Amino acid sequence: MTMTAHDETRPGGTGSGARLGTTGGTGTSTTPTDPGRRDLIESMDRPHRGRAIKDHVARIVMWGSFVLAVVPLVWILWTVASNGFHMITTSLWWTGNQRNINTTDAGGGARHAIEGTLIQAGATAAIAVPIAILTAIYLVEYGRGRLARVISFMVDILSGVPSIVAALFIYAVWVTTFGIDRNGFAVSLSLVLLMIPTVTRSTEEMLKLVPNELREASYALGVPKWVTIVRVVLPTAFSGIVTGVLLGLARVMGETAPLLILGPYTKNFQRDLFNGNMPTLPTMINEDRSDFALSTAAERMWGAALTLIILVLLLNLAGRFIARRSAVAK
Amino acid sequence: MSTTSLPTPTGQPTESRAAGRSGRAGDRLFSGATTISGIIVIGIVTLIGVFLIAQAIPALLRNNANFLTSREWSPGGDHPRFGILEFLWTTVTSSLIAMALAVPVGVGVALFITQYAPRWLRRPAANLVDLLAAVPSIVYGLWGLLTFRAVIRPFEQFLQQKFGWFPLFAPTPISGGTIFFIGIVLAIMILPIVTALSREVFDQTPAAHKEGALALGATHWEMIRTSVLPFGKPGVISASMLALGRALGETIAVTFLVSALAGGTPWTWSLFNGGETFASKIANNAAEFSNPNKTGAYIAAGLVLFVLTFVVNSIARVVIERRKAFSE
Repeated sequence: MTMTAHDETRPGGTGSGARLGTTGGTGTSTTPTDPGRRDLIESMDRPHRGRAIKDHVARIVMWGSFVLAVVPLVWILWTVASNGFHMITTSLWWTGNQRNINTTDAGGGARHAIEGTLIQAGATAAIAVPIAILTAIYLVEYGRGRLARVISFMVDILSGVPSIVAALFIYAVWVTTFGIDRNGFAVSLSLVLLMIPTVTRSTEEMLKLVPNELREASYALGVPKWVTIVRVVLPTAFSGIVTGVLLGLARVMGETAPLLILGPYTKNFQRDLFNGNMPTLPTMINEDRSDFALSTAAERMWGAALTLIILVLLLNLAGRFIARRSAVAK
Repeated sequence: MSTTSLPTPTGQPTESRAAGRSGRAGDRLFSGATTISGIIVIGIVTLIGVFLIAQAIPALLRNNANFLTSREWSPGGDHPRFGILEFLWTTVTSSLIAMALAVPVGVGVALFITQYAPRWLRRPAANLVDLLAAVPSIVYGLWGLLTFRAVIRPFEQFLQQKFGWFPLFAPTPISGGTIFFIGIVLAIMILPIVTALSREVFDQTPAAHKEGALALGATHWEMIRTSVLPFGKPGVISASMLALGRALGETIAVTFLVSALAGGTPWTWSLFNGGETFASKIANNAAEFSNPNKTGAYIAAGLVLFVLTFVVNSIARVVIERRKAFSE
């Protein structure tokens, strides 16, 4: 590959090779508008000039694509914050529910939906985290040979399963096969499918970062392998694992597709996972979707969206904060 | 290199040395528990396939239309007729548009973060792009519907007026979300996936390759083109496939944006046409699931989506595996 670069320096001749190298090298740290540099470019013969221009264009394109990526982020956050701010600053929003509030009525509370989202996320984590962490331990500490490869492949496949397919699967099991009504727990089960691969992968990465010397020192003291894992490896990787769990939770809380299939909305408080419809923030947004032209409905949608973003971002920030204090930093 | 090396040489000493009977029993119990968890994961994926197939088959047998080539969708009644052609077209086309936009920009952002940005900016820049992935997809749907649509609409009209002779840009009466528009929104959503993975591989480019190129007189861009990009290519391909998988299965944002077509609408190649994707069709009709025959039809559609993402993700996996073998 480096041969190409070599070939391209030839048109300039061997004599100018060094000068060229300096232009390319130091040019990286000067701004494109630097007058000295422009003179230098102009003083060069044609092929060099073309290369310098290409270099400039590439630099501009890279900066441009970064700006292009940040624009929608800022735009989305700004739109949601400015439109939803008014809604979430009312105290009713954090204490009340939507009972007896029609689409044409303004305001109402979102506490029922916030509670539903948190309860479902908690139930999901309670099931998914043990399975995911044990699977990761198997893959890193025990797994060898074909079984490990198959499991690793399946984790990848599971991480690629669209949420709507996970929801259909749970529907096919829960409702069609066992004939149980849709409820909050069914939603949690489908979210488990989505959370397992994220947590498994991040835990795996963290366990791999634990230095082997720690394990060997423990074995040398005659400590059994499982005690080594529980008392040495897991505590070392602990903060990293927590980060993975929080990021997994953040992903799961913003998930909507399974809610549409398995968790119908209700305007009332509903804290029971196993009985009846359970309100959540995404379904609360979805509830007003067809009436988005009404300002009352739109305002409520933005409010719920802002609440959801705040919850998810808080989890993300917490995860990143813990990651930074991790014992096994990269 | 460092990603897969650790596990192998551990373990053995404890088993050979007498670690006490309780230790050994505990070992067996613990390793058993981890193995079972792993097997649960295998079980889940297998069950997804089995259940979807088992419940799709009866509906498919009752189907009076060709499932793969028909554009009709009336799964109810005694003579159900349903096919997935429209969903397949909308899903695949919008995802490909998303890829075409997100991959170049995503790679550009990854190069920016790893090769161009000043050191102090790298971490914040990476975190910022990762934040895009943290925004819940329903928020993209809401933003797309209420804010972004109005911005893209004039651009679409311009393309239809100037390039309407080209079949893909043929004018349509759709004023809501078009395939083209959904592609753009999906592109923003999958951008962080492309960037995150590409960033990782670009970061691993051996310093010797880069310094070699610079020492030979390459400009910064030539160094990237001749050492960073070739080294990162498999990673970029695999990132693109993962992103494609995500775009194919994206549900709620698309559900917010699609314009459902009335039955019998004539076929057009135009990207400015409406039409449902697999995921949005299923999500939009969750209320119809009370009828098992109808449910079967939707599950069959979900099965196709599952197979589609399965294939795409497997390709991603194979590409990245090859690279691992190559770099070790």
